[in-house]
Amino acid sequence: MSHISGVQSAQSPLALRASGSRALLIAAVLLAVSLVLPWWHMTMYAPQYPAGLSASAGVFSIHGDVTEINELNHYIGFMPLEHVAPIERRAGIVLGPLIVLLALAAAFLGGPWRLLATPAVVLPVFTVADLAGWLWYAGNHLDPHAALSTSVAPWTPHMLGPGGVGQFHTFAMFDPGFALAVAAAVLVVSALRRRHRPAVGQR
Amino acid sequence: MQGSENGDGKPNATISRSAFMGGLGTAGALLATGCNTPQATTAAASRNSAAAVVSGDARKIAQARGLMPADVAAALKTYVPSGKTDDYYMFASGGHSGQVLVIGVPSMRLLKVIPVFTPESYGGWGYSSGSRDVLKAGAVDGTVITHGDTHHPTFSETGGDYDGRFFFINDKVNARVAVIDLRDFECKQIVKNPLTLSNHGVCVTPNSEYVVESSHYGMPVGWKTSDVTKEAYRKRFRGSQTYWKFDAAKGRIDPERSFAVELPPYWQDILDAGKLGSNGWTFTNSIDTELAVPEDWHGGPAMEVGASQHDMDFLHLLNWKLAERLVQSGGVSKVNGLAYIPLEQAVKEGVLYLVPEPKSPHGVDVTPDGKYVVVSGKLDPHVSIYGFTKIQQAIAKGHLRRDSYGVPIVAFEDALVAQVKVGLGPLHTQFGGDGHAYTSLFLDSAVARWTLGDDSGKGWNLLETLPVQYNVGHLAAPHGDTVHPRGGYVVALNKWSLDRFLPVGPFYPRNLQLIDNTGEKMQVLYDMPIGMAEPHYAQIIDTKLLKPIDVYPKNTDVFTMAADPKAPVFGKEGTFDRGDHIVVEMSMMRSEFRPDVVRVKRGSRVVWRLNNVETAKNAIHGFALSKYNISLSLEPGKVEAIEFVADEPGVYPYYCTDFCSALHLEMMGYLVVA
Repeated sequence: MSHISGVQSAQSPLALRASGSRALLIAAVLLAVSLVLPWWHMTMYAPQYPAGLSASAGVFSIHGDVTEINELNHYIGFMPLEHVAPIERRAGIVLGPLIVLLALAAAFLGGPWRLLATPAVVLPVFTVADLAGWLWYAGNHLDPHAALSTSVAPWTPHMLGPGGVGQFHTFAMFDPGFALAVAAAVLVVSALRRRHRPAVGQR
Repeated sequence: MQGSENGDGKPNATISRSAFMGGLGTAGALLATGCNTPQATTAAASRNSAAAVVSGDARKIAQARGLMPADVAAALKTYVPSGKTDDYYMFASGGHSGQVLVIGVPSMRLLKVIPVFTPESYGGWGYSSGSRDVLKAGAVDGTVITHGDTHHPTFSETGGDYDGRFFFINDKVNARVAVIDLRDFECKQIVKNPLTLSNHGVCVTPNSEYVVESSHYGMPVGWKTSDVTKEAYRKRFRGSQTYWKFDAAKGRIDPERSFAVELPPYWQDILDAGKLGSNGWTFTNSIDTELAVPEDWHGGPAMEVGASQHDMDFLHLLNWKLAERLVQSGGVSKVNGLAYIPLEQAVKEGVLYLVPEPKSPHGVDVTPDGKYVVVSGKLDPHVSIYGFTKIQQAIAKGHLRRDSYGVPIVAFEDALVAQVKVGLGPLHTQFGGDGHAYTSLFLDSAVARWTLGDDSGKGWNLLETLPVQYNVGHLAAPHGDTVHPRGGYVVALNKWSLDRFLPVGPFYPRNLQLIDNTGEKMQVLYDMPIGMAEPHYAQIIDTKLLKPIDVYPKNTDVFTMAADPKAPVFGKEGTFDRGDHIVVEMSMMRSEFRPDVVRVKRGSRVVWRLNNVETAKNAIHGFALSKYNISLSLEPGKVEAIEFVADEPGVYPYYCTDFCSALHLEMMGYLVVA
């Protein structure tokens, strides 16, 4: 019976029933959705910008008022936003979907293959660390030749909540994409913690 | 302080303290509520003490400034706080400045001067290649004209009401018509009338099929030379009415599909298009049916006398739909490149009729229901109301007498429905959102308000007149010449201001007066000085109908409103030798020009393309180059070009003329000619 159901499982993924594997499947779907959503944003307000300027970052892209923010940033020698995390964003084009596929494989293959979902846990953790690193790097490596370089001391922009520079007040927050990725990571961790569960279809 | 005076212009010293306090109380309540929802009213009632504090402060302010209750009410009706915007745009002609003014109503704040017929350095108008091409298209016999006398503005219409898409304005001096695109409030086209050198009125047909231009002074067709004698005038001089075909999809007048109708040289001036039931006709008045010419009256100066001898002049009725069919059938010849229906043909085909109208008329306005045509002879104290149906019945009946050019004349009594004695010097009529008509009285310096009646001749009555300061010409009411007048305002466009403003030397400001027509009695609310030429006429449009862009899409050529294939590319700027000329490709951004040094050889023809690569609202850059007489304005996303010959060796700075950033002064560069 178990042999037969194992064959059914291999031939028909829709037969997937094990709760741990279901959690991995859901995690894969959440992660897939998160790839097309913003993960983090910062909004800047100043008297001249009553509606604010906002830039948001996803796994492989930066959106929003990038041109205008770069325009302003160049006065203090802050690097153009496109120059932030270029390798990570380019790699994300491949690695993002790959991590989703690995989570899917983990869901359908079960057993020790479930470990293939591990990168889905690493991704949000790495993102936070990488973002923190870039915020520190960009804020502390202002172009010393910029026009207003002497007016602004190096600083680390806040990753969360209120901050400010010059006449700008800023507010940073994680976005739905990040929330989905965290949810996916939690699901993966919980699935991996279920010991002795049979692989899909092996009950 | 209009409200502090009574009708004869003397300060009203008898105003009682209780009336004063009552006015302020109203002001306080208005300030406290701000709206009339039940909740707000209740809330206001519970904040009586707060209102008292406000009115107490307001009273002190009013007392200190010598303001009367009517002044306070006027202030409350017109004040638009910082950060709030107006209910209406008023587009006023800029008179002989050649420009157009955009003004907010009711605040009467000047929002923009749109350069049209006259070069304007702030906008680079007449300096950039594109704008020079527009001005060149309006050249007369090869002479590029750098001034204009803007008279009659008109919005494009759909279904007889303003649609907020385009705006047209004429130049009286050289018989030209300009098109302004309301996406960016900029002039896009000027066309020169090939038949005549002076025009007066412009109107649009109810769906903007045509922009209609009436000629003014009688002229030999194509302004061919002729002596000016009574004999020559009668034989060789003519008037005309030109129907410029408007292509709304392209946003341009198409001369190829336009046509004109020849008219007797009666000095046609103002015109209006029929609407609803009278759609298909235009109505044009005329002044000089005497065929008077200068020197004609006992050695002159004579026009004012010679052209005022007849008790009646002629309203011209033109069946433009019939004329259009004639043109489309190919049965019409061309004169100076324009399809042209000669007088004889117009008469034979039933395109043209006349109706006598009282002496030296100026205004002609069709009522919102399209049923009546209101004319006012400026030397007659009445407005005369003609019934369109009555006119058509008389035409159908036939047996019409004719003028000396053979044009059939509908008898005055067969056309007339009613006359209203409104006062001295009636000029122009507008229709208010309250259903009443408003006529300016030039000689009385007043505005008359009167009721619209019916075919029986009943119900046409004068309600009141309001003194205005001074010498009122046109009136403007929101959508006041459409099928759907609205709003609670009338603006009197006064030609003189005399004592209304601080003196600024012998050239007096003109006075645009905002009038509240919501109450039983009209009230002047605000005087707006115009410190330049006289705005002749204005139209007022609901702001909701306009959706102007705030930033051009990247690389926009504003004359095609599309991406310019030759736009300088950011990152690939430079100076390039193209053999017979030098091309400069420049980007502009806060706070730099790229390139910021341009080196050319003496004698080079320079084609300099500029691209404001900004994407932020309001991030405008100017460009001024010393010695070479160049000034440009590049709003974000806009591409412009200039051309000149670098004929003098030297070093010439260029810089941004529009204060763009904290480092605006550093936004400069050098042109080196060696």
